[in-house]
Amino acid sequence: MSELLRFEDWSDPVPAAEREVVSQLPDDDRGRPPLLFVPGLGHGAWAFAEHWIGHAAGRGFPAHAVNPRPGGDLRAQAHDVVQTAASLPRQAVLIGHGTGSRVVARALGRYPARAAVLIAPVLDGWAALGAALRSNPAGTVPALFGGRLTFSGRQLFGPDLPAEEAAAHLERIGARPRAELFSRDTLPEPVGGPPTLVVGSPDDRVVPRQALDRAAARYGGAPLLFPGMGHYLMLETSWAEPIDAILDWLDKELPPAG
Amino acid sequence: MQDSPDLGDRGDAVCVVGAGASGLTALKNLRELGFAVDCYERETSVGGAWNWRHDRSPVYAGAHLISSRPLTEFPDFPMPDTWPDYPHHSQMLEYLERYAKHFGLGEHIWYGMEVTSIVPAGEGRWDVTIKSTGGGTSRVQRYAAVVIANGHNWAPVTPEIPGDFAGQVIHASAYKEPSRLRNRRVLVIGGGNTGCDIAVEAAQHATRVWHSTRRGYWHFPKYLGNRPADQVYHRRAPAWLRDRRLRRTAADLTRWGVAAPDHAPLESHPIVNGLLPHYLGHGRIEAVPDVTRYDGASVELADGRRIEPELVITATGYRPRFDFVAPEVLDIDADGRPDLHLHAFARKHPTLAVVGLVQPNAGLLPLAHWQSVAVARWLRLRATAPEKAAEVQKEESQRPLASWSRRKVVPTQRHWFEVDHVEYLKAVESLLHRMESSK
Repeated sequence: MSELLRFEDWSDPVPAAEREVVSQLPDDDRGRPPLLFVPGLGHGAWAFAEHWIGHAAGRGFPAHAVNPRPGGDLRAQAHDVVQTAASLPRQAVLIGHGTGSRVVARALGRYPARAAVLIAPVLDGWAALGAALRSNPAGTVPALFGGRLTFSGRQLFGPDLPAEEAAAHLERIGARPRAELFSRDTLPEPVGGPPTLVVGSPDDRVVPRQALDRAAARYGGAPLLFPGMGHYLMLETSWAEPIDAILDWLDKELPPAG
Repeated sequence: MQDSPDLGDRGDAVCVVGAGASGLTALKNLRELGFAVDCYERETSVGGAWNWRHDRSPVYAGAHLISSRPLTEFPDFPMPDTWPDYPHHSQMLEYLERYAKHFGLGEHIWYGMEVTSIVPAGEGRWDVTIKSTGGGTSRVQRYAAVVIANGHNWAPVTPEIPGDFAGQVIHASAYKEPSRLRNRRVLVIGGGNTGCDIAVEAAQHATRVWHSTRRGYWHFPKYLGNRPADQVYHRRAPAWLRDRRLRRTAADLTRWGVAAPDHAPLESHPIVNGLLPHYLGHGRIEAVPDVTRYDGASVELADGRRIEPELVITATGYRPRFDFVAPEVLDIDADGRPDLHLHAFARKHPTLAVVGLVQPNAGLLPLAHWQSVAVARWLRLRATAPEKAAEVQKEESQRPLASWSRRKVVPTQRHWFEVDHVEYLKAVESLLHRMESSK
């Protein structure tokens, strides 16, 4: 595929759509790059708004989460992420979770992010499907026939999360995966060569450990692991550990001026 | 104080001349590859030609883009998708200001500083003389490379018409507001996009409008149905099919006495103006041939007719100027045309490039972006792998001119740097691949 000749974008641009953006800004602007969180299948910007966005803002990072258009295909969702990133006053750090990582990976081919973080990334839909069938066959099989994907608490969360909290989150999580999730298109080369970090848990029942290693290798590194946590690292009891590690990494990769 | 200029050696830094659209993307892409960059801008703000506050800006109040958003924006920084298909020139400036801010380019730009001379200093390095536009002393700085992005729409070309004219003659660059046209008889000379735009504005405000053109152009509408026409033209297709698509949708203005085009649609910069046929059809614009001479209150035309306009606007274009560099450095010929590889790379100086010196049949920004990416990667390759760079240079010297330039096809003074957007990007892409594969 040509990077320069973009006939599809020239002749059939993605139309404008409403995009919901949740933002929290630090009290004083210390010039840190804005963070743009991108949710994956089944959840929305709320999952980041729960703990992470406020925490990141508290550490001086303007933090935003975008809900790409509902029902949009991968191209439209990546467009929404790039549009949102380009609307921010400074070059943004793109942070995707789950299938949102795949949207981020696509967006990285179109926007020179300051840095990128892929959390429990579902870059390979087939590996995720295999894992889902193993851990929750009853909730997964209907989705193969166009139905709804249902999850169990055990599948998505670590053992530490209180059952009632897990149940409350589960009520908000639901997904009807699109067929294109299971296509294996090649991920674009990120423009501008941003530093990229892969974060996950070896005990994630959605994204197997090997998938984390493969994703990290694709972006030239090793995954940063948080044993004992589930797929939704930002909703777990120990949510602070991964976000602090990500922000520490950003402080190291993009040192604050002065 | 000593009056000898102080020579500052900027080491591996690159000098960019101009902070218009091309200069900004050169600055951004060089920074992205890790170069230190000093960008000099004679005005006090970014935007170049698109900044109507600049005294050299050619934009007029009613100017809108003639290519639609997806064919106009930088490929890695889209315009807001809620903007109109053909944004206004003030939005283009806002976009460039946002680009500069987003990528933190401001701190690398020296405003109010004009580059007055660029001289080879040996070993591929350059001595650049910079002078404050507010007066004062000049200084010389030494750079590892220079990227010239001084634009090509600021030095007006005026036609040489014999005789004296009693009315008023202005160049299109001095035309800003339609109020100037109100209740006057106006002659617009020039069939390019600016000439057609002004003729249409005159049709809406002036008492009588003559539009004088010499060459025939291809005239395209801004819309085909409800789609921006250039988006329809840019469906993936071989050149012959694109040619046929263009021919089928072009407006034939010969009925109104406008000359037929003497070239194929893809060979020259298109005229994009859906309103010109409209106002010709309403009789508000009268197409007339070339002007042969002025005679007091009247203007004589090539067909012998005499007309009596009160205001003549010459929309006869602009020419690139590189006063700060010796002609042989850019291989500039007697007509002022530099001879550059891909209209970008100086042939004898591997550390000198020009960005934005192309006239594509789509927006300029995407081409300027990819030119700067190529320049930045070339400079890096030259610094990190000189042998590979020499190899790429040798391969590039064999690239046939006709594959990226329209130069031979329309041999007028004005059209030598026209390129086909698609063919040109293909050439740049293959250069990028050559540099990539030689890593």
